[in-house]
Amino acid sequence: MGSQGGFYQSKEFLDLVKSIGEARSKAEEDRIVLNEIETLKRRISEPDIPKRKMKEYIIRLVYIEMLGHDASFGYIHAVKMTHDDSLLVKRTGYLAVTLFLNEDHDLIILIVNTIQKDLKSDNYLVVCAALNAVCKLINEETIPAVLPQVMELLAHPKEAVRKKAIMALHRFYQKSPSSVSHLVSNFRKRLCDNDPGVMGATLCPLFELIARDVNSYKDLVISFVSILKQVAERRLSKAYDCHQMPAPFIQIKLLKILALLGSGDKQASENMYTVVGDIFRKCDSSSNIGNAVLYECICCVSSIYPNPKLLESAADVISRFLKSDSHNLKYMGIDALGRLIKISPEIAEQHQLAVIDCLEDPDDTLKRKTFELLYKMTKSTNVEVIVDRMIDYMISISDNHYKTEIASRCVELAEQFAPSNQWFIQTMNRVFEHAGDLVNIKVAHSLMRLIAEGFGEDDDNADSKLRSSAVESYLRILGEPKLPSVFLQVICWVLGEYGTADGMFSASDITGKLCDVAEAYSNDETVKAYATTALIKIYAFKIAARRKVDMLPECQSLMEELLASHSTDLQQRAYELQAVIGLDAHAVECIMPSDASCEDIEVDRDLSFLNDYIQEAIEKGAQPYIPESERSGMLNISNFRNQDHHEASSHGLRFEAYELPKPAVQSRIPQALIASTEIVPVPEPMYPRESYQTTMPSIPSDAGSAELKLRLEGVQKKWGRPTYTPATSTSNSTSQKTVNGTSQGDGASTVSSMRETYDSRKPQVEVSHEKQKLAASLFGGSSKTEKRPATGHKAAKASSHMVEKSHVPKSSMEVASDKAASAQQPPDLLDLGEPTATSTALQLDPFKQLEGLLDTTEVASAVNGAPAASVSPDIMALYVDTAAGIHNKNDADLLSGLSNPSVTNMPGTTAMPQVTQSSSKRPNPKDSLEKDALVRQMGVNPSSQNPNLFKDLLG
Amino acid sequence: MIKAVMVMNTQGKSRLAKFYEYLSVEKQQELIRGVFSVLCSRAENVSNFIDAESIFGLDSRLVYKHFATLYFVFVFDSSENELAVLDLIQVFVETLDKCFQNVCELDIVFNYSKIHTILDEMVFGGQVVETSSSEIMKAVEEISKLEAASNAISLIPKSASGWRSR
Repeated sequence: MGSQGGFYQSKEFLDLVKSIGEARSKAEEDRIVLNEIETLKRRISEPDIPKRKMKEYIIRLVYIEMLGHDASFGYIHAVKMTHDDSLLVKRTGYLAVTLFLNEDHDLIILIVNTIQKDLKSDNYLVVCAALNAVCKLINEETIPAVLPQVMELLAHPKEAVRKKAIMALHRFYQKSPSSVSHLVSNFRKRLCDNDPGVMGATLCPLFELIARDVNSYKDLVISFVSILKQVAERRLSKAYDCHQMPAPFIQIKLLKILALLGSGDKQASENMYTVVGDIFRKCDSSSNIGNAVLYECICCVSSIYPNPKLLESAADVISRFLKSDSHNLKYMGIDALGRLIKISPEIAEQHQLAVIDCLEDPDDTLKRKTFELLYKMTKSTNVEVIVDRMIDYMISISDNHYKTEIASRCVELAEQFAPSNQWFIQTMNRVFEHAGDLVNIKVAHSLMRLIAEGFGEDDDNADSKLRSSAVESYLRILGEPKLPSVFLQVICWVLGEYGTADGMFSASDITGKLCDVAEAYSNDETVKAYATTALIKIYAFKIAARRKVDMLPECQSLMEELLASHSTDLQQRAYELQAVIGLDAHAVECIMPSDASCEDIEVDRDLSFLNDYIQEAIEKGAQPYIPESERSGMLNISNFRNQDHHEASSHGLRFEAYELPKPAVQSRIPQALIASTEIVPVPEPMYPRESYQTTMPSIPSDAGSAELKLRLEGVQKKWGRPTYTPATSTSNSTSQKTVNGTSQGDGASTVSSMRETYDSRKPQVEVSHEKQKLAASLFGGSSKTEKRPATGHKAAKASSHMVEKSHVPKSSMEVASDKAASAQQPPDLLDLGEPTATSTALQLDPFKQLEGLLDTTEVASAVNGAPAASVSPDIMALYVDTAAGIHNKNDADLLSGLSNPSVTNMPGTTAMPQVTQSSSKRPNPKDSLEKDALVRQMGVNPSSQNPNLFKDLLG
Repeated sequence: MIKAVMVMNTQGKSRLAKFYEYLSVEKQQELIRGVFSVLCSRAENVSNFIDAESIFGLDSRLVYKHFATLYFVFVFDSSENELAVLDLIQVFVETLDKCFQNVCELDIVFNYSKIHTILDEMVFGGQVVETSSSEIMKAVEEISKLEAASNAISLIPKSASGWRSR
């Protein structure tokens, strides 16, 4: 304490610190600080303050800001101090600005010039202070202003300056790699600096560079090894020792670098074996820093090409760490064990007891690290124990961040290794009960899917047992207070779908519970929506079973309440409930078939069932549909535009943005031209295919394609996605015929395309099985891994289904496979689009697999030049539907929009759903209506959730 | 890379806070509070490491050491080694001790700029540059000497001698 006089601190500052220290409350402290701020504001702007005083004021400001108060009024004074000639004042100024300002602050502009000047100073301390500021305050735009000076400093005679110049250059690289990319060779050069400190400093940037691009630095392996050898052999001066350890930070950095360079490279690794082995032998294991180096050696050994002898040494060190009394060493030991078991899984068994001890340790950090290790070594033999432990721990902690992480790990492990369905459901119940609002909604979807699909073997009995046990457990759990929303959604869905399926519970039991849920969680619209839809299902199944429906009074009142709900979604569900109850058994069977949530929904995107209707319309003089590709790139004509407006009004809402207006110049020129060529039959072989594939190059294969067609150049690009549009103006009979012909051809090729893509999907499923086995063997695989492929069995089922279905000659397959990925692609979750999408198989996580599916489909479609942007939302919607086993309302609408445009788009068809069909298997509007109903029946997810859901899927 | 260095007392009052990436004053305070609430709930004789991802975001580790009334905290990413950083704290404290002879909390409060000088000699731009406390002392003493000399030119000699007398 006696030193304060020597540091120029005045009595005032002393008093300030004292009074803050003695403050009994935060409010009192704030009052003192505010007082101080007032004083400083007054003092600091006085003229002619002695430099010594000024320094103290600035330090007081820094102190105040450290306590969390605003000191911005003094920033400018700190900037001014950097201009001072006195080293003391200048350094204080630099210290203050590096603490006060960020690189984008307005005042930086006032400092850059000073920094430039100071970097050239002949006083190395001024240079160092400026370099310090450079690290903190220079951003991408100002890098060029100081870069030449910093480069010069790399050759400065003082090694402290060279060292800091390298660090500054490293910071530049971190902030904007491109601005210094031409200078990275300097790091290599400085590696040979004759000062070991400078050499050590270059290792930091080199480590980062190597981490980004290993291959360009393979040539340095020998140099690094020889440097490490020299350091380890104490060739450096004692000045670099740290607690009797020769330059430990240099050793650690070098070992990290070698780990990167030797990873998967046998040749490079062989160069390292000797030196790493030497360090293992010689390293002092009694000091902290010695153990730090040893730990780094283990990391290196587990990363480079394995060497049995080194692995043995590493295992020895690990067991020493684990047996130590120090928690720090135990922690490092557990971490190192986690790294080493990837290479030699058997090592974990030697340390079983130590690991269990760590798991029971009161130290939270150690516990978490141990859970991380367990997570890495989980297999189907030990999954029950591990997940059980993890859930217990999850329940005991309150840190939401870690709770979320551990919950998702539990789910992941359970999905991968679940020994039985019952266990899986019980585990999921526990996770949801305690961390339901923290887990990803996708987990809930996959749980519903699992219950709906069963385990994949065609054992209906087991599946129904699974469902019964789920229903039973849910009815029990519903008694608990305050369940998380996501969990309630799952419960409602399962109760609705399977609540009465096995006859154990009566409809009134289930509906009563559902009403209770809706009442107890009346603030949660999502849950209420799920509950309502579940009610619809229960009643529908009862009606379909020709049993009398007595609505419970509470259910009746719930329905009435929801009929007047402010939420349109809830209201609609309530109306649907009302409507279903009024229907007869036959109708209900059609719209709500029981246990149909796993049925694939075919959506006829080509809308071929409308062909007859179109033909009819065209015969009556309607204009045929003009596909987008025909319209795009053409010139604008006012009369076509008028027609567009007309159409737009007849279509009601449009969901795409309006196009930007095209330059007026373009539109004027061809006006006359168009008027004369409006509808002239012209041979146009490319036309029919393009009418369906908006941007794809077409193959003139259709018989009808050689016929005369409309000449459609000059038709303006329409807005909206390509779809059949009822032609409103004149037409001629030839074109109508063509349109019809193509659409038939299309329908056929679509089927075949499905077949093709399903075929291509099959091998991938097998690959992922192999991967699972590999994973199992990596973790000591004494037992078979039972990773459930998320889509596997469904894919297989569906594919065989589809293959049977398609009777299309192979000749059309090529065309079809192209088409599969285009915008007109038949909607199917399993459709990978292109066989090139093999990357999905590499991912073991079922969720990721699905995401991969999505991505690749998108990629594939993009590759094919189809408008991917418009495709992806649809595919996504379908993904959500079939994959997650839950259908949300928007999707249902979307689907209905696609499968059944007769309702939304085509005036007239709604009134007559029974359009007579040709003998082919093409679905008719009635089918699509039924499908729509099916989609709705499978469960509902209020629309408000959808954007999030998609976000998840998109990653 | 080292992300932050903090020194706080056992009441949670921060005595030194240096962030190597810019953070607003509010964010700094929030982090300091977050760190303190974790630190003060830690028992004795447990490890010196804390899972800091919930406070500092992904890829962050925290090592702390408790000396008398002070916590010394270093936050860093996976390019550093926990045990080594623990040793770095030791070096830092040893250096302070040499500098102030039996360093105590108030030395740190009153010698704010000197503490920063020491730290800047050890960690520069988020990277460890010096780990020998005697080397750090040498550099710091030289800085003090030169500062005093430059001051002697521009300021009254009395204060310069006061500086040296320490």
